[in-house]
Amino acid sequence: MIRNVLESIQGIDIFPIISLTIFFVSFTLMLIWVIKADKKYIKKMSEMPLEK
Amino acid sequence: MTSEVLDKPIEKTATQVLETFDYDNVTPRNFAIASIVFGVVGMLVGVIVAFQLVYPELNFNLQFTTFGRIRPLHTNAVIFAFVGNAIFAGIYYSLQRLCKTRMFNDTLSKIHFWGWQLIILAAAITLPLGITTSKEYAELEWPIDIAITLIWVVFGINMIGTIIKRREQHIYVAIWFYIATFVTVAVLHVVNSFELPISFLKSYSWYAGVQDALVQWWYGHNAVAFFLTTPYLGLMYYYLPKAAQRPVYSYRLSIVHFWSLIFIYIWAGPHHLLYSALPDWAQSLGTVFSVMLIAPSWGGMVNGLLTMRGVWDRVREDAILKFMVVALTGYGMATFEGPMLSLKNVNAIGHFTDWIVAHVHIGALAWNGFLTFAMFYWMFPRMFNTKLYSTKLANVHFWVGTLGILFYAIPMYWSGFTQGLMWKQFNAEGSLQYPNFLETVNAIIPMYAMRGLGGLLYLAGVFIMIYNLWKTVASGKFTANEPAQAMSLVKNSIHEHDHWHRKLERKPVKLAVFALIAILIGTAIELIPTFLVKSNIPTISSVKPYTALELQGRDLYIREGCVGCHSQMIRPFRSETERYGEYAKAGEYVYDHPFLWGSKRTGPDLLRVGGKYPDSWHYNHMLDPTSMSPGSIMPAYPWLFEQELDNSNLEAKISAMRTLGVPYPLGYEKQALADLKAQSEQIVKNLKEAGIEAKPEQEIIALIAYLQRLGTDIKVK
Repeated sequence: MIRNVLESIQGIDIFPIISLTIFFVSFTLMLIWVIKADKKYIKKMSEMPLEK
Repeated sequence: MTSEVLDKPIEKTATQVLETFDYDNVTPRNFAIASIVFGVVGMLVGVIVAFQLVYPELNFNLQFTTFGRIRPLHTNAVIFAFVGNAIFAGIYYSLQRLCKTRMFNDTLSKIHFWGWQLIILAAAITLPLGITTSKEYAELEWPIDIAITLIWVVFGINMIGTIIKRREQHIYVAIWFYIATFVTVAVLHVVNSFELPISFLKSYSWYAGVQDALVQWWYGHNAVAFFLTTPYLGLMYYYLPKAAQRPVYSYRLSIVHFWSLIFIYIWAGPHHLLYSALPDWAQSLGTVFSVMLIAPSWGGMVNGLLTMRGVWDRVREDAILKFMVVALTGYGMATFEGPMLSLKNVNAIGHFTDWIVAHVHIGALAWNGFLTFAMFYWMFPRMFNTKLYSTKLANVHFWVGTLGILFYAIPMYWSGFTQGLMWKQFNAEGSLQYPNFLETVNAIIPMYAMRGLGGLLYLAGVFIMIYNLWKTVASGKFTANEPAQAMSLVKNSIHEHDHWHRKLERKPVKLAVFALIAILIGTAIELIPTFLVKSNIPTISSVKPYTALELQGRDLYIREGCVGCHSQMIRPFRSETERYGEYAKAGEYVYDHPFLWGSKRTGPDLLRVGGKYPDSWHYNHMLDPTSMSPGSIMPAYPWLFEQELDNSNLEAKISAMRTLGVPYPLGYEKQALADLKAQSEQIVKNLKEAGIEAKPEQEIIALIAYLQRLGTDIKVK
């Protein structure tokens, strides 16, 4: 097949690098927040479905 | 507009007011009933198509019930009618309670419910009539596409409106999944449905060939992600704690689960197109993100299963928990298998085989089906103020359903491996061990029969549930408006010291925007190169637009759903080039609106079938496949010989194709009919030489023209 088609687009090699960076940064930020999240808040949230 | 009539203050505190209101139970009940009714229809059609692969006569020799037309009816009914209605039932029930408010607007709820059922009805009528775009899980024609968009927006307004007027400060994680579902499905549906109408019920895809394939599988993969997975995870995070009577094992994990899932899922689409037109990096991206998906998926599964720690003794008696355990196990299995199938060496064997059918049914039958049943067994007694009629029958349903899944999946895995290996088997002399495709079909027919039985068992379980719920409903009294009380939410309360994420999750619109951004990043990186492909595909000078007759034949191929069993994509493997001929080039598909690569080979690939047999072979084969291929399980197509080709839209079709970039000369549409007639006469003449009396107006003539054209532009051998 035309494996080389997209490779002819200028600067295409930066796409996967950008994607991975964006993903890594947002994932790390989210993880930091989750780990630091307040215990009381987490407990309150997790009990929400059980409230009448 | 809203019927929140009881919104009056009862008792005042300094800042908050205790308010009385009521929950709308009518809408969730209606959606639940619709889900069950259409579930039966969808599964019944599934059982029929399954047995048609063993006994082709089960199409009753009718075009409206033949495999190619009702297989999409089965998939659409199960996905959008059974699962779709179940999603709405579950959301309308849980959202009100999690937000401590009635739905935003009762009229919108009604429009949503009836609009969705009308769409399903339209699908049930048009698909058997052969009115289809042929793009998998997006087969419905453009007027229905527009209706889906409108109703989806109604759902969105109703949901976001409810969240905005909530009495609970925080938005529980289940609702995040609902929001992500709404946002993403909207984007997917709109982008994939770009089509140019040529009449009220016929359109051509805006995209062609490789581009169409990429958009379609970006859509197809994420339809699984955001219609069959994220809403069900939301439901799981609500109904599992309810049923287990304990909070979810780790709320932190559920947050990680949410963001990583919606972020990663959208990237994985290219794994449906391994060994095709994509460059290596895009295929690898698809594979890498697919493998990464194991982490959040299994995080979710483990979170669900561990929620039940401490209540495992109840699992022994409680059918609802049993259903949930199997649902979560099915989710875990399918989400492990998916990434494995996206590894290139596994994909080389699994793609186009029954393995994929087994894979999706683990997801559909166990994850979606069983979670739906659990949810209904939980909801109905509560909405009808009674106890479940029989827990024993619910347990019987569980075991019959589980057996059904096993009887379905095991034969399909067996048949998938058998096919994959037989197609690739070479003998000592270096030629194909099974050069006749039919040998590989006949080897797995017993598996097809067993799979049909599995489906039948599963359906029998559903009937047990219907009886049980019917008795439950009869013994109870329905509460249409369930009274509730909650403190009003203090507006403009100051939370300056709150963390950004906590602020974010209090604002549904912003949360929706963030979710949108998360999915758009992946989408952009996946699709922007796709949109540039068109101008970058090396043109093959010998590839010419279809003649008028071939174009008409192609539309018949689309109408009959041939793409459901026959691929048009020869992958660059020796086993495929030996069997089918020169491997596929992207430049060959530039005039294909829509693309017809297919995703399953119940029959052989047809990309290079043109010129392989004489016209008379195709004529006889379509009239009675077994006359040319003894043992074939392809149905006969007698109506193609009785019906006359409809040329009334021919001019519009040629003009539309030109608008889409197919280089028909200006004014050709006026000449097209004469060309078509001349080519028909030639085929009739060829048939006459073989001793067959045919008429040029018959539909079969156009189909023969198309089949004989396939792949001939660059035929090498």
